[in-house]
Amino acid sequence: MLLRSRRTGSVFDQAAPNANRILRSVTVILVACGAGLLLMSFASPQARHGDRARTRTEGLVAWQQVYSVLTSPRCINCHTATNYPQQGDDRRRHFANVIRGPEGKGVAGLNCASCHQETNADSTGVPGGHNWHLAPLSMRWQDLNDEPLSSVAVCRAITDQSKNHHLDGPGLLKHHEDEALVRWAWQPGRRPDGTMRTLPPLTHEEFVAATRRWVEAGTPCPPGR
Amino acid sequence: MATYELNVNGQRKQVNVDPTTPLLWVLREELKLTGTKYGCGISACGACTVHVAGIATRSCVVPVSLIGDRPIVTIEGIGNDPVGRAVQDAWVEKDVVQCGYCQSGQIMSAVALLKTTARPTDANIEQSLGGNLCRCGTYVRIREAIKRASGQLT
Repeated sequence: MLLRSRRTGSVFDQAAPNANRILRSVTVILVACGAGLLLMSFASPQARHGDRARTRTEGLVAWQQVYSVLTSPRCINCHTATNYPQQGDDRRRHFANVIRGPEGKGVAGLNCASCHQETNADSTGVPGGHNWHLAPLSMRWQDLNDEPLSSVAVCRAITDQSKNHHLDGPGLLKHHEDEALVRWAWQPGRRPDGTMRTLPPLTHEEFVAATRRWVEAGTPCPPGR
Repeated sequence: MATYELNVNGQRKQVNVDPTTPLLWVLREELKLTGTKYGCGISACGACTVHVAGIATRSCVVPVSLIGDRPIVTIEGIGNDPVGRAVQDAWVEKDVVQCGYCQSGQIMSAVALLKTTARPTDANIEQSLGGNLCRCGTYVRIREAIKRASGQLT
């Protein structure tokens, strides 16, 4: 329109100074946008990498919180690498010669259910929950000397679907959120002396939230062994 | 206090007891079934073993309120079961008992074992009866009697 006005000398000529300003402004804006896009195109890989790194970092922080719960006595006492469960905050061997048995539920005559009922028996100090049993050996979180495995080792085991009953990230989250024996850890009842059993270091809500952050980050495991 | 309907040795029994009362004391004090013994009171010795829904159960640590409608079988009723009868006969035949205090628990655990493992090995026996203590040391005869009963049943 501007070029035409110059050629024709029409009334539009009077608008030429304003039109030039508009053209310059538009040009500046377009150049700025182009430069911006160009810069963004160069910068975006780093930005995306930064997001990934931040997400992974957050996931690893969340995993350490999850790990702190998994290795607390309420959880790890039934995730042994041995032929027996443990009991107590000192994680001593379960008394009465209790053994794992073929299905992690003891043996006939000496089953977990021989004492552990569907709920805690606070009057006698025997903890209870639905389907009381040991975790499978594939989910052992201790070594043969009853020492907790490293954060890396537990993380790798718990994310290995060939070991964890084929649970993916959402499956692990659901397990931590809903499984009766997991939830029992936060309602462990009274010891035989009447005192309350100690709880894991996080609340169940915090544990689930940490698991969710870890899962959303792609269940990252720490580097190393 | 609360009232509970229990199925004991195939019979319905009603008891009015504190909900926290261990099953052992309901059997012994309320129902006068004194064949089940009090040993340690913490499920460490096995003398109080009965069957609850077929599971060998330490009755000294299970409050009566947690039994529900699951059938209970005690040493007084186990002889009505073919496996229980065979075990008791073998116990007599092998003259297992010395003082006898732990033996009702030993028999209840042995029956539970034989119901799942018809031909138990020495290891099976030691594991399954590992929670049943005998201060008289009748373990060798217990093992012989279990194998005798196994032979009679298979």
